[in-house]
Amino acid sequence: MTDRQYDFPRPDAQVHFGVFFQGVNHHTIWSDPASGSQLDFETFRQVIQTAERGLFDAFFLGEGLRLRESHGRIHDLDVVGRPDAITQLAALAAVTSRIGLVATQNVTYNDPADLARRLASLDALSGGRAAWNIVTTDNAWTGANFRRGGWLDHEQRYERAAEFVQTAQAVWDGGPQGPADRPEAVRVSGSTLDVSVVPTTPRSPQQHPVLFQAGDSPAGRDFAARYAEVIFSAHGSDLDDALAFAQDIRTRTIAAGRPADDLKILPGTGFVIGDTPKEAEEKARWVKEQQVTPATALSLLGQVWGEDLSTYDPDGPLPAHDPVIDTIGETRGSPRRRQAAGDIARQWRARAEAEHLSIRQLVIAEDRSRGFVGTPAAVAERLIEFVRSGATDGCNISPWIVPSGLDDIVDKVVPELQSRGAYRTEYTGTTLREHLGLRPPVTRRDAGEPAAAVVAR
Amino acid sequence: MPTDQLHVGIEVDGAGAHPAAWRIDPDAARDALGGAGIRRAVAAAENGGATFVTIDDSLTPPATGPATRLDAVVRAAFVAPTTSRLGLVPLVHPATVEPFHLASQLGGLDHATAGRAGWLVGAGPVPGARRALDRPVAEGADLLAETADVIEVVRALWDSWEDDAVIRDTATGRYIDRDRLHAVDFVSGGTGATAGPALRTVPDGVRAPFSVKGPSIVPRSPQGHAVVFAREGTVPAGAADVVLVGFNADRPTAAPDVTGAATVLDLPVTLDTPAATAAQRRADLDGLASDGAGAGFVGSAGDLVELLRGLRGVVTGVRILPSVLWTDLPIVVRDVLPALRVDRAVPIPRPGATLRDTLGLGRPANLFAASGSTR
Ligand SMILES: Cc1cc2nc3c(=O)[nH]c(=O)nc-3n(C[C@H](O)[C@H](O)[C@H](O)COP(=O)(O)O)c2cc1C
Repeated sequence: MTDRQYDFPRPDAQVHFGVFFQGVNHHTIWSDPASGSQLDFETFRQVIQTAERGLFDAFFLGEGLRLRESHGRIHDLDVVGRPDAITQLAALAAVTSRIGLVATQNVTYNDPADLARRLASLDALSGGRAAWNIVTTDNAWTGANFRRGGWLDHEQRYERAAEFVQTAQAVWDGGPQGPADRPEAVRVSGSTLDVSVVPTTPRSPQQHPVLFQAGDSPAGRDFAARYAEVIFSAHGSDLDDALAFAQDIRTRTIAAGRPADDLKILPGTGFVIGDTPKEAEEKARWVKEQQVTPATALSLLGQVWGEDLSTYDPDGPLPAHDPVIDTIGETRGSPRRRQAAGDIARQWRARAEAEHLSIRQLVIAEDRSRGFVGTPAAVAERLIEFVRSGATDGCNISPWIVPSGLDDIVDKVVPELQSRGAYRTEYTGTTLREHLGLRPPVTRRDAGEPAAAVVAR
Repeated sequence: MPTDQLHVGIEVDGAGAHPAAWRIDPDAARDALGGAGIRRAVAAAENGGATFVTIDDSLTPPATGPATRLDAVVRAAFVAPTTSRLGLVPLVHPATVEPFHLASQLGGLDHATAGRAGWLVGAGPVPGARRALDRPVAEGADLLAETADVIEVVRALWDSWEDDAVIRDTATGRYIDRDRLHAVDFVSGGTGATAGPALRTVPDGVRAPFSVKGPSIVPRSPQGHAVVFAREGTVPAGAADVVLVGFNADRPTAAPDVTGAATVLDLPVTLDTPAATAAQRRADLDGLASDGAGAGFVGSAGDLVELLRGLRGVVTGVRILPSVLWTDLPIVVRDVLPALRVDRAVPIPRPGATLRDTLGLGRPANLFAASGSTR
């Protein structure tokens, strides 16, 4: 924490919540008796209905197109296996009426004609509540599940994303608006695709599905600045870091010819709520211990060392030898960022020695909590600080347990935000675009309104 | 496999199965722009006691008529929570969807319906698909081979997780037993370039091979496999669970020559109404647009009841294709199905039963578990 004073350039800004169901990483606790099925529709129904009761903007599903591996074998310590995102969201659309439905979908291993149609179908059936979280994973290891294989050069991933999105926008703009319509084919040609698509899907009440983007590289940020309407970031726990990220995004958004507030920022964030500060801290410690099991501690250590360390004693000391890899984050499907393995190993050993920590204690100490711990009032104040200083527009909450993980937030944090005038007290619109306070899609703005320079060819 | 009871399925896409239906009933075509139409149609079918509905689809619009149509799997999923007994069987064409995604989507539908999903395997050419997908799309004999391969790999992906793969073993910290997950390592037939950017430039008429590594990203579903429906002659013997056979007006109750699968007779239906006879209605429709599927049954509700009674023991079921959905479906539900229920000619699906249970199909053994292979 810092004692720096922050300006509130947006004194009336409102906090927006989404819920991310649910990380396939060790932050998701499956071992507790309260942890429900990761597949039964009932679990999803309960979470989304709790979120809607809490007036959330959106319910969010992630996607990975190949099961994670560690050291050449399927990773077995974390939650794995989830329903197809658009299919599941269509079912959830039928048991909700207002909340947005966000599907993470990849541009390298989908066809724009098919995906644009599926997203528009979800948008039409839900009455304008669909969104697409655009991701670009392009490695050949994932490609082994698809007709084209690993066909795309990594440097071209956002070129593909841009051409894909332009196609989708053109298909959505060109769709039939009445029952007897037969639209013209939409033709888009670029370096990664050359397609001609006859649109079959109508525009929904929000015109286009809302576009989210998750990806943090400079190219990813530029892509977001041009095309996205919400960015799902990983910068939501440290206010200085979040402000720097937001400033960077705003600069890029303006450079892309759009108003700075055209792109909302919702970082993925975890919450631990307690009725007293002490209770919250104790609960946070318990959560961390559930997340970093002995086996997970050895697995996370093994990611840094680049080898299988599962036979080590988790309550014993760190390995004495150096990592066998230069760079971590190469593990297939691993969420870790690329970093120099030797540096991390040296830091970890130094800290373990100085503080007399076992492997598991060290991994727990190093496992950065990505979020907010505290009483409902304290967490509400902190969220308002983030939003009113312009660092974020709220967050995309990752509950560490389902289906109960949102209960404290909806029942305790939301009322604290509402009493401070920083959270809606009812839905004022019916579409996701309205909930988020977004303008019409960039391709559908009237002349005179600020729009992106980008129009589908 | 036919019993003395006859299963009834109903096709519920759009304004009706006749290509001119939308001109008779523009309101139904307008309902197809959102969720109201499909929700109402499946409610009518379920309340009427049907075993399943099929939902027709195509990536590209039909040659004539309105272009508007929402994705069939998405529509099926949308009505999953508002139904409890009805099988939901969207059409997905094997040549226009990635096999890996197809397996995930239908596996997901089976989870969302607690075991009521089916897959109607699309057949025939899809005009415009090559230009829409920027890659060759199999046709003719290649399409038959491609379809067989796609069904095989999709079934393998559905088996790539054994039923008990999620173990949640707190003692060892393992969520899954990874030995119960299996790569499928499938390679299709075909010639020439496989993966890669080169796929875009493969000439028409050449079938490019594809491969799928696996395992699926979706665990095995309640039914193990969604029930695979396919038209006779579009898949190899034994590849489908249910074979759809055409209606022969000259020999309406002749037994189909199909082995190794349940049989369902595809029956276009145009019924008498107080305002017009079925024959008049059919002539009006055919005057607006010609229907390649054949007239099927044209007559009174009472005669349809008699025909269906006569099909007991001949086929496992019929799939009624209402010419004009909101003219013919209500009559089927009000005057045809109740008459058949009275003498137990049709089964009444139980809430919570899987589609396989209702149809009397077994739950498929797992390809990998049965062979004892461990990855
Ligand atoms: C917060 C966050 C969540 C993400 N979630 C997913 C996901 O569910 N599925 C996925 O395939 N990629 C996900 N990604 C990453 C994307 O794969 C991204 O396209 C990839 O990292 C490449 O982009 P980059 O090089 O700009 O980071 C996520 C990224 C971030 C920052």
